[in-house]
Amino acid sequence: MIQRFANPKRFDAIARRVAPVMAVAAAACLAWGVWLALFDSPPDFRQGDTVRIMYVHVPAAWMASAVYVLIAVASAVSLIFRHPLADVAARAAAPFGLAFTFLALVTGSLWGKPMWGTWWVWDARLTSVLVLFFLYAGYIAVWQAMEDTQKAARAAAILALAGSVNIPIIRFSVDWWNSLHQPASVFRAEGPTIDSSMLWPLGVMALAYTFLFAALWLYAIRTEIAARRARTLAMMVASRDEAADGTGEARHA
Amino acid sequence: MTAFLALVRRDVMLSFRIGGGAVLGLVFFLTVGALMPLGIGPEPQLLSKIAPGLIWVLAVLTALLTLDRLFQADFEDGSLDQLALGQLPLWLVVLGKVLAHWLTTGLPLCLFAPLMGVLFGLAPEGYWPLVLGLLLGTPALSLTGAMGAALTVALRRGGLLLSLIVLPLYIPVLIFGAGSAIMAVDGLGADGALMMVSALSLFSLVVSLPLSALSLKTHLS
Repeated sequence: MIQRFANPKRFDAIARRVAPVMAVAAAACLAWGVWLALFDSPPDFRQGDTVRIMYVHVPAAWMASAVYVLIAVASAVSLIFRHPLADVAARAAAPFGLAFTFLALVTGSLWGKPMWGTWWVWDARLTSVLVLFFLYAGYIAVWQAMEDTQKAARAAAILALAGSVNIPIIRFSVDWWNSLHQPASVFRAEGPTIDSSMLWPLGVMALAYTFLFAALWLYAIRTEIAARRARTLAMMVASRDEAADGTGEARHA
Repeated sequence: MTAFLALVRRDVMLSFRIGGGAVLGLVFFLTVGALMPLGIGPEPQLLSKIAPGLIWVLAVLTALLTLDRLFQADFEDGSLDQLALGQLPLWLVVLGKVLAHWLTTGLPLCLFAPLMGVLFGLAPEGYWPLVLGLLLGTPALSLTGAMGAALTVALRRGGLLLSLIVLPLYIPVLIFGAGSAIMAVDGLGADGALMMVSALSLFSLVVSLPLSALSLKTHLS
């Protein structure tokens, strides 16, 4: 099945139709989620209205890790099966991952000031997410630094795999170390500890983020595929012209 | 085994000859160390409190500065191709070069770290955990760094990118390495942190060798 959808042309044909659907779903969920989060959910009995930062912060943090996992899986696929679409998918996801991580850090900081009395503490959860931010930056930098796309793809994939050790550290940092950050309260074996009046907006916002990422990601992959095809065609035209008149002068100039 | 030892001997000798970085790394470590009190101020209590962290950050920086040439010189003059064709598997070549790097930069740092401790007025309980932590932790610095060096081997100005790649991966070693000395000074016992440092070294041994060999292979083909 992977082989079937890994054909760039078929992928493009499917993505062309799926991406707008994702975009519409993202817009709908975002509108509903923002309504729920800002107007149709109760303020927390201790935190008051600042709890509403959660609906922006928590989905961003989830997406930050999830996108990295996605990049790591795509990188493994690219290293093992040598499929160029996996490279493109991993590369296209990275800027969005960086943006989600940044959003999580900034909103966390804004939430931390009223609640903990400080913008930033060097505890395990915050530090490991900051490391995630640096990993995204390094990953993007590797892509930028190498001209040869194939070599850049291999190098970036290896880095992504090495950096994936950070993901379980982020997940379990609040359990392993004493932390100001609260422990996991939604994905727990015993069920969530958040009241359903707050769980609903959170879930809708998480859906909105996921759809938004999916739409943007598909557009980014299609752009990258088109850019690569354009580059290949330009090279083909250049080499054909060179072969035709032997001087290397472009014929259509 | 002979081929492996020959490789280690060659790399160690090269780094002590003209153009090698063995002594330079140590000099950098001591010089920047001497700069710190000048910038921060000579207050003994403050210096003694931040001594373990400072020494560890300096060790990380020294490792980084010496790493970008780890494979690059051999890559440029073609020796790396010869090594890849030779009888040693590539991951053993990586291990040999990492071992030589550690012998010429990591080990001297461990030996001179107590001197730094004296300069910063480190509390007496901190010396053993500091040296032991460095002995157990600097191999992780060399190993993880080798992966970054292998990824950036073909880049003319790979040093900056190398730092960007490797520094986030150094953070756990730094935390537990410096933590061992800090905890010993605070009377909490350094054993747990030292065990974590050794675990990190062993883990990076397992992860870094195949990944470094893999990325070298991409650049060699």
